[in-house]
Amino acid sequence: MSDPRIAGASVTQFGKHPERTGRDLFAEAGLEALSQAGIDPEDAEALYYGNFMGELAEHQGHQGPLMAEAIGLDVPATRVEAACASAGTAVREAVKTIRNGEAEVVVVGGAERMTNIGTAAATDALAIAADDLYEVRAGMTFPGAYALMARSYFDQYGGSHEDLAHIAVKNHEHALVNEHAQIQQEITVEDAIEAPTIADPLGLYDSCPITDGAAAAVLTTEAYAEEHDLDAPVAITGTGQGGDNLALQDRPHLAQTPAADKAAEEAYGDAGVGPDDVDFAEVHDCFTIAEVFAIESLGFYERGEGIAAARDGETTRDGDRPINLSGGLKAKGHPVGATGVAQLATVTWLLDGSHPRADAVPDSTVGVAHNAGGTVASTTVHVMEVQE
Amino acid sequence: MTESAQDGEYDAWLDSIESDDGYYLECSNGHGWLPPRRVCPRCHDQDLARVDLPESGEIASYTTITVPTPQFEDDAPYVTAIADFGPVSVTGLVRGVDPDDVAIGDVVGLDVGERVTTGERVVVFRPR
Repeated sequence: MSDPRIAGASVTQFGKHPERTGRDLFAEAGLEALSQAGIDPEDAEALYYGNFMGELAEHQGHQGPLMAEAIGLDVPATRVEAACASAGTAVREAVKTIRNGEAEVVVVGGAERMTNIGTAAATDALAIAADDLYEVRAGMTFPGAYALMARSYFDQYGGSHEDLAHIAVKNHEHALVNEHAQIQQEITVEDAIEAPTIADPLGLYDSCPITDGAAAAVLTTEAYAEEHDLDAPVAITGTGQGGDNLALQDRPHLAQTPAADKAAEEAYGDAGVGPDDVDFAEVHDCFTIAEVFAIESLGFYERGEGIAAARDGETTRDGDRPINLSGGLKAKGHPVGATGVAQLATVTWLLDGSHPRADAVPDSTVGVAHNAGGTVASTTVHVMEVQE
Repeated sequence: MTESAQDGEYDAWLDSIESDDGYYLECSNGHGWLPPRRVCPRCHDQDLARVDLPESGEIASYTTITVPTPQFEDDAPYVTAIADFGPVSVTGLVRGVDPDDVAIGDVVGLDVGERVTTGERVVVFRPR
């Protein structure tokens, strides 16, 4: 069994591209990833592709073969859908395909087109990641669901909107040098607290933007990389996935994310590492409170202690364990079906030193990507390590 | 979906709430769920019995939503909450109380109302 090497990775500029089709966005990312990898496209043997709202935003289902065609591949192509964890789940499928010997070169990616349908329709489309009968029909929105979780967290463990504001400030600051980021704008704690409310206690600056974008990576075996003299020092050494009841009302806890606990435990076990070995992480901060859930589930903090991590400077770029050096979903943007592979790309670049925030984690060897779907009813965690 | 389309047991469950005969499904190990269910996802038991819902529950968490989906455009701002009814929890809109006065632990009863925007039925909590 070979841990997949990442031979190439690419993301488009995240932001508003209402005039660009999903296939155009993915073609840009996929062709660049293949080019970076230096791999003959004829050698690619499979595509796993994440996308969530293609039917609603572009009236386009069956996107697997469409996207293979868009990057010039004639391979079995599968769209993977797990809400906002679609691309993380696609990564997991790609890892398994490499590991079980079915393929030596696999392309994994994702894309989402969201801004062309406007805020109201995008809010509606995102909401269908929740339970239609019992949540969407009771007025639940995606921010609303996380607001319920945030209020429950505050009630159970303490914390405040001001603590969440520090997470937003941190991630905006991290994104300032990220040319792919949708938002490159510094904000203050006061800005975040005073921003318009979306679903209290969450406001505009607690929420990731609506984003168009794509990401792609080329995974290969260690043997193929050596044989073709590829520069691919970073490997995916651990993969994990967890699930939970779809509806919040059916879960024992509103202030914990056990699907992420399970994914982290599996990924750490698979890689043979623990939370203390991790130098940095890219986590799914679709809302500021989601970053708190993520860093607690990843074992970096005890329950109830993650809320203070950004305020205390522990997860900032000069802290002990930087979180979301890309700017996270909060500032980098969240083209839903692309996010998991964009995280994979970011972790790769931070580990190989080519990311503009790599100076925050010099000599790092272990990074983690955490990608959550819906209200964390689906989660993937991937451990990535430098192998040379 | 036609106007007459029904969502099976979910609509039957709303009917039961409207007629003050609300119920949930309980497996033989005491785990509660709302319909439709064929199996208890916690213990795999398929012997689910219909049990009367408690008359009141407690707000477990709540939020005032100011940016709604189009189906709730004219309802906004509105309060969505999860209320704990013992073996089951239910998600619904809180009505009959000032949004600023809603708090975790508030005792509420279960009702069925209409969305302002579409007139469709919606689960509603009212203070008890």
